[in-house]
Amino acid sequence: MKQFRAFIKKEFFHIFRDWRTLLLLIGIPVAQITILGFAVTDEIKNSEIAIFDEANDATSQNLEGRFRASKYFHVVDMFHSTSQIDEAFRKGTVKLVVVFPKNLREDLMHGNKAQIQLVADASDPNMATIIAGYASAIIMDYQLEITDNIPYVIETKLRMLYNPELKGAYNFVPGVMGMVLMLICAMMTAVSIVREKELGTMEVLLVSPLKPFMIIVAKAVPFMVLSLVNVAIILLLSVYALNVPIMGSTTLLVFESFLFIIASLALGMVISTLANTQQTAMMMSIVILMVPTMMLSGYIYPIENMPVILQWVSHIVPAKWYVNIVKAVMIKGLGIESVIKENIILLGFIVLLTAITVYRFKIRLE
Amino acid sequence: MRILGFLLRKEFLQILRNPSVIYIVFQSLIIQMLILPFAANFEMKNINLSIVDNDHSTYSQQLINKITSSGYFILTDYSPHYPQALKAIEDNKADLIVEIPEGFERDLVKNQKTDIFLSVNAISGTKGGLAASYTSSIITDFNADIRETLIQSSRFNSLPELEIVPENWFNPYMNYRLYMVPGILVMLLTTIGGNLTSSNIVKEKEIGTMEQINVSPIKKMDFILSKLIPFWIIGMIVLTLGLIIAYIVYDIVPLGSYFTIYVFGAIYLVAMLGFGLLISTYSDTQQQSQFISFFFTLIFNMLCGLYTPISSMPQWAQDMAIFNPLRYFVEVMRDVVLKGSQFSDLLYQLIAIISFAVIFNVWAVINYKKRS
Repeated sequence: MKQFRAFIKKEFFHIFRDWRTLLLLIGIPVAQITILGFAVTDEIKNSEIAIFDEANDATSQNLEGRFRASKYFHVVDMFHSTSQIDEAFRKGTVKLVVVFPKNLREDLMHGNKAQIQLVADASDPNMATIIAGYASAIIMDYQLEITDNIPYVIETKLRMLYNPELKGAYNFVPGVMGMVLMLICAMMTAVSIVREKELGTMEVLLVSPLKPFMIIVAKAVPFMVLSLVNVAIILLLSVYALNVPIMGSTTLLVFESFLFIIASLALGMVISTLANTQQTAMMMSIVILMVPTMMLSGYIYPIENMPVILQWVSHIVPAKWYVNIVKAVMIKGLGIESVIKENIILLGFIVLLTAITVYRFKIRLE
Repeated sequence: MRILGFLLRKEFLQILRNPSVIYIVFQSLIIQMLILPFAANFEMKNINLSIVDNDHSTYSQQLINKITSSGYFILTDYSPHYPQALKAIEDNKADLIVEIPEGFERDLVKNQKTDIFLSVNAISGTKGGLAASYTSSIITDFNADIRETLIQSSRFNSLPELEIVPENWFNPYMNYRLYMVPGILVMLLTTIGGNLTSSNIVKEKEIGTMEQINVSPIKKMDFILSKLIPFWIIGMIVLTLGLIIAYIVYDIVPLGSYFTIYVFGAIYLVAMLGFGLLISTYSDTQQQSQFISFFFTLIFNMLCGLYTPISSMPQWAQDMAIFNPLRYFVEVMRDVVLKGSQFSDLLYQLIAIISFAVIFNVWAVINYKKRS
C-alpha cells in the first residue's frame, strides 16, 4: 500500500511539473463551455436580407416596415433589379431577398390573390429553411390582420419541453462533459503510459516490487482526480454562468460521471497496450476516441438521422451512453431508475476493457 | 539553396522511412470524408412521434394520416393520455407529442375554432425547432384543406390570400452534404497542417537532434522551409484526394473553377503550416505541442461558421472570428463550390489568408532561436 502511494505521488509530480499541459487540461473545458455557451447559438437572428420592391404601394411598404422591425432580420439593401440578387448572393452580403411583385395591393384586394417571392441563398439549407420560415411568419401575421374573422381555425399550441428558451447549452453541456472526460482520462492516460515505454523508464517501473497492473492503476489515479475537478468546473460554469440548472440529483450525476471516468480510464489503458510511441498513441486516441465521441454521441448531430450503420457504430461509443445519462439526470431531472440500461452498458465496458488490458499487458520486454 | 536541397532530402527520407504518420493522415482523410458528411446531418428525418388522440373522429384520423405520411416522422408511440406520452419522451422513445383534444372535430365545425397541442423535446434547440415547424406547417396545410371543403359547402366569400413562393438558389434540392463536404475538407486540411509540422519539429527537440541542426551552418530560413515544403506537398495531395472523393462519392463539382480552389488552398496551407511552426517554437514536448494545437483547432473549428452561422453570434465572438483563418477558407470553399464565385468576389478572403500566411511564418522565424 505504501509503495502504491509512492507511485501515485510520482504521477502527480509528473502532472504538476508540466504546468503548460495542466493549464490546457483545465483551459479546454472552460474555453469550450464559454464559447459554446455564449457564442454558438441555435437561434438565428440578424440575418442580412434585401427587399426588391416592384410594387411600391401601401401593402409592400407596410410589410417592409415589419421586416425592418423584426429582430430576426437586418435589411441591408433595397434592390432595383433581379441581377442584383445574383450579385449579392455571390458576394454573400445577403441571405434572403423578399420580392414584392408589381400590383401587389391591387391583386390582393381585388383579385383576392397575390404572390410574394422569397428568394433564399440555400447553400446552407437549414439556415435557408429557418429564415424563410421567419419571413413567412411575418407575412402570415400581416395577412391575419387584414382579413378579420377567418373561419375554421386550428390553433397550434406549442410547448417546448425541458428547454423553453431553446438554449444551445442544454444540448452541449452533456456533450462537452463526455468529450472532456474522454480527452483527459483516455488520451492522457494512454500517452503518459506510452511515454514511459518510449523513454525507457517503463523497465525501471516493471522491476519494482509493485504488481505490474498496479503500476498502470497508479498512472490512472491522478487523471481520475483531475477529471473530477473538471466535472466540478463544468457543472459550476453551467449552473452559474450559463444558467443551466441541475434538475436531478447532483450526487447521482457525480456518481455517473465517476462511472464514465472509470470506463474512459480503462479505454486509455487498452490503447496504451496497443501503441508503442506517443505519436501513435495520440493519433489512435484522436481517431478512435475523439472523433467518434464528437460525431456519434449525439452531441453535435442527432444520431437518428444517420445511416443505420453509423447508428450501430454509435452503440459502441461509451460517451453516447454517458451523454444520455447526463441528459436524463441533469436536464430532464429523472432518477436512477430511468438510466439502468445505460449503467449496465457502462459497467459492461469497464469489465471488458479491464479484461483486455490485463490480458494484453506484458511484463516482459520484447 | 544547396543546403535547402540536402535538408529537403533528409525530411523526405525521414517521412518515407516511417510512413505510419502518412498512413494515418490518409486513412483519417478517407474515413472522415466518407463518414462525417453522413454523420454531420441536420436534415431532420425520422422524428419519433407520439400521438395522443382524445377525439377519435374522422378529422383527427385524417390529420394523423397526413402527419405520418409526410415522411418526416415515425410513429413510435400511440398513447391513451398525455402522461404516458410524456413517459415516451423521457425514455427517448419519442421526440414530439401531438395531442388532439376531445371535441376537436365538433369545435372546429361548430365553433369554427379548435386547438391542437404540440410538445417537443427541446433539449436540442435546432432539432426541436425544426420538428415543431414541420408539424405546424402540416397542420396549417390541413387546416387550409378543411377550410376549403367547409367553405365551399357553405358558400362563403373567398378571402384575400397572400401566397408565399419560396425559391431556393444554388442548392435547390436542399442537399445538406453539398454544403458540409467543402467545409469538412477545410477542417481536415487545418488539422493536418497544424498538427504535423508542430509535432515534427518538437520531436527533433525531444530526441535531441535539434542540437545538431542548431550547431550546423544552416540558415533559419532554410531550416523552416525544409520543414514546410514536404508537408505542404502532403497537404496539396490531401486537398486533391479530398476533391476527388467529393466528386466520386458525393457527386460534387464546383460551380467555380478548381484553379481558384487550388490557389486559395496553396496559400492557406502555408498559413496553417506556419501556425504549426509557431506552436512548435513555444513547446518542448510532443504532448505540449499536441495539446496546444488541439486547443486552438478546437476554437477555430467552433468559431468558423462550419456548424453555426457567424452572423448569429454575439459581437465579441464575431470580432474573434476575424482572427480565425479557418473561417475565410470555409467561406471560399463554399462560395466557389456552390455559387461559382471568382477571385473578384473573394478579394477580402484572399487578403485575409495571405496576411495570416505572412504573419504566422514571420513570427515563427523570429521566435525560432538557435540557442536554447
